[in-house]
Formats: sequence, structure tokens, C-alpha cells
Amino acid sequence: MTTSVVVTGLGITAPTGLGTRDYWAATRAGKNGIGRVTRFDASSYPATLAGEVPGFAAEELLPSRMLPQTDRMTRLALVAAQWALDDAGVDPKELAEYDMGVVTASSSGGFEFGQNELQKLWSQGSQYVSAYQSFAWFYAVNSGQISISNGLKGPSGVIVSDEAGGLDALAQGRRLIRKGTRMIVSGGVDASICPWGWVAQLAAKRLTTSDEPARAFLPFDAEASGYVPGEGGAILIMESAESAHERGARVYGEVCGYGATFDAAPGSGREPGLRKAIEFALDDAGVRPEDVDVVFADAAGVPELDRVEAQALAEVFGERGVPVTAPKTMTGRLYSGAAPLDVATALLAIEEGLIPPTVNSRPADEYGIDLVTEHPRTADVRTALVAARGYGGFNSAVVVRAAD
Amino acid sequence: MTTHEFTLDDLRRILLEGAGADEGVDLEGDILDVQFEALGYESLALLETGSRIEREYAIVLDEDLLTDADTPRALITAVNEHLLAAPRAA
Repeated sequence: MTTSVVVTGLGITAPTGLGTRDYWAATRAGKNGIGRVTRFDASSYPATLAGEVPGFAAEELLPSRMLPQTDRMTRLALVAAQWALDDAGVDPKELAEYDMGVVTASSSGGFEFGQNELQKLWSQGSQYVSAYQSFAWFYAVNSGQISISNGLKGPSGVIVSDEAGGLDALAQGRRLIRKGTRMIVSGGVDASICPWGWVAQLAAKRLTTSDEPARAFLPFDAEASGYVPGEGGAILIMESAESAHERGARVYGEVCGYGATFDAAPGSGREPGLRKAIEFALDDAGVRPEDVDVVFADAAGVPELDRVEAQALAEVFGERGVPVTAPKTMTGRLYSGAAPLDVATALLAIEEGLIPPTVNSRPADEYGIDLVTEHPRTADVRTALVAARGYGGFNSAVVVRAAD
Repeated sequence: MTTHEFTLDDLRRILLEGAGADEGVDLEGDILDVQFEALGYESLALLETGSRIEREYAIVLDEDLLTDADTPRALITAVNEHLLAAPRAA
């Protein structure tokens, strides 16, 4: 019998809300968090919209020692981690030294910090580059800073597989708990709305060039034209069901299934791996397709990718066989932060018995999916599947279910 | 704005700009002989501090100096020795 791994704490920093309460209130109401880029002047770039986290006052939320050494993504991650620990009622100081580790996902690293320092290097010289550039840009920096700030010395690491990484990190967290670590801080937060991050994303040719916030990111819509990037994400506290029970913790739900695949080389003609990833996750959870109450879609907003996902869902669940939603239409795609935020949202949906809506998209008939649009749908949500794909061929799926 | 003497106030300002201050540490207090480590500054914070002093005062500090000078007093003394030895071009 393998150890059940549950989620007992959530920390959310999203374009639609700081903190779980604000985020969920906005999400169930279908509030749009997409607007013109304000973090830099994007007017001369082909893509001009983003989901930015508004009103995040790092200087009020973090110690001043952290500010000179952190990128925005790390500041958001540190605050989300603190909120998640508070929510779980965990004070790491009261745990044994090696009882808790950190596994986050990352997609970009600290691009804004890195860009600033590289600009100083070119324009002023090497002696002007911050000593903290040595790690502040790095993929593993969120895991490292969360670990250092909270004294978490258990097994730790980072997973880099674009958006799929957000689920891969949770799976690694679950693995470590099954190997005996009591608790893992997991999830992901990305924030690279800066010129360097922007051109890197533009190069993938998947950003929409629409400048209308309500008609820009339209997964499964006939007018889908790419996605809007966003920033933020979610940090989750995972622990064994036994540990949660012992300390009388509130349990949001169990991470009961995971599957991951990698696509064959482009042009191979082989089926994309998303369907298999979903099936692996269901098998791992011991859940039949008809037991899944909602799917949180990867929702690429790129027509070919939407088709692949709709097909995978139809094959696994039957045509229009399961309610599908994409709350990320409100935030844009958050890279490594997207899937952990979807998992958090799925757990909140289970808690309230409400499927949050997909905004702006009008699903095209050809996709044959039951997309929950405009208004939230009341439902007895016990089991949810979250799908995530990463650029370059990564496919991952996670199943969460209500705590018994 | 540089003067030829490097003072504790200069160091406080540069520490704050480059590395912030630990919660529970009063930089305004009597810190001259408190070890940097006890003030919450690890080696990278001191590297950043050293690099800011070098930029501002147009001097070059030995790498060893930053590891050897483990209190504000030791660092201030060492910086002032450099300033005296190599007066800055105006």
C-alpha cells in the first residue's frame, strides 16, 4: 500500500488575486486579469497583453535582506510559500531539520533580474553587476530561497519542463514523501514579463498578437490566435495523509494520480502523448474516466494544440463526456505557475462544489468538448484531472480527489 | 559625493543599498565590533558590499580583505588605508 499524499496548504499569487480568498472570489466570478503590459513598454512588440499580478508590494511582505537578491518571481514565490505554510498551520521551526523539503518548477528563471544585470555589464562594466546575479536568475532559486528562508533541509530540487513542470514538481514531491520525507513545499511561480522574457516567448510563435483583452486568449474557440503570457502561480504544502491526520490538519484533497509522456519528434506522424499522460494519471489514481468530475485543460489557445487536447479528451472521456474548464483564460498562461494554480483551483472547486468558468472563449463545435463558459457550474466535484503541456513535447496530468 | 574618509555611516548606507538589513538587527546601534555574520551578512552580501565600495571610491580591494575583515571596524580601517595609499584622482 503506497502512502497517500495530500495537500494541506495553498499560497496563491495570481493576476486575479493575491491570496487564496481573493483569487477564488475572482475566479468563481470569471474576473479578467489580462490587460496591457505595464511592467515595461511593450508597444513596439508584436504582443502587448499580459496577465500581471497587480498590487504586489514586496517591500511590505519580505525582509529587506531579500529584496536586493531576488527577482520578482522569487519574491512572489517566497510570499506564496509563506502563505501556504500559514494556511497549513505549519511552523517549520517546530519540525525536525530534515522533515521538510522544497520542489518547485521553473520555466524561465529570474529573467528580469538577469536582464538588469546584463545591461549593467554591457553599459557600465563587470564591477557594476550584482554579486547576487550568481544565483538570482537561476532556475532553482525559488526552491533555494524558500528552503533557506524557512530552514527546510529535506530533499529539494527544481523541475524544468515548461508548463508541464508544475505537475512534474508535484509528482516529485509525492515521490519524496513516499520515500519518507514528511512534508514538501511544491508548486511553481514564474514571472518574466520583461523584454528579455518577452522576446524569448515570442520566439516560440505561440503568443497572440491580439490587443483586445477579451478576445485575445481563446482556447478551443474558432478564433484562437495564441496565448497571453502571465505571471504568478501557486505554492502547495504536501504531506502524507498520516502526517496530516496526526497534526489534525485541514486536508484540501489527495494528489492521487500522475502521468507524464514526451511527444515524438515533429513530423514523425505519431500521436501526441497527451492522451497517454491522462490515461497514465487515471490508472495511477485507480480512477475510471467516468469518475472524473471536471478537467482543468492545458488550454494552449493555439488551434493545432487545442485540437490535440480536445481529441485526447474525447478519446479518454467520450465526446462531451466531461466538463472541461480553463480558468487560465482569466490569468494568461503562467508557465511553471499555471498547473500548480490549476491544481489549487481544482481543490477549491472540490471544496465549494463549483466549477469555475472559462472566460472569453466560445468553444467551436468541432472540438466536441463540454467547456464550462461564462458562468460557474454547480457540481458535486470529488475528482478532478489537471492537464499541462510544456513547450518542446512535455505532457503531464495529475488527478486530485476529495479527502475521504 | 565621496569624501576621502570612509565612515561607519557610509558603510551602513552601502550595506543597506546592496544587501538590506536583517530583521532584528539594528544597524544604527553600536555595530563597529560585531561580526558581519552576526549582523546577518553572508559572504555574498560582503562581496556585493565590497564591489559597491570599489565603485564609489574608485579603489580596488584585495579579495582577501573582504574575507579577513569580519567586522565593520576592520573593513572601515582597511578601506581607509586604501584611500590614503592611493588618493583618488579628482
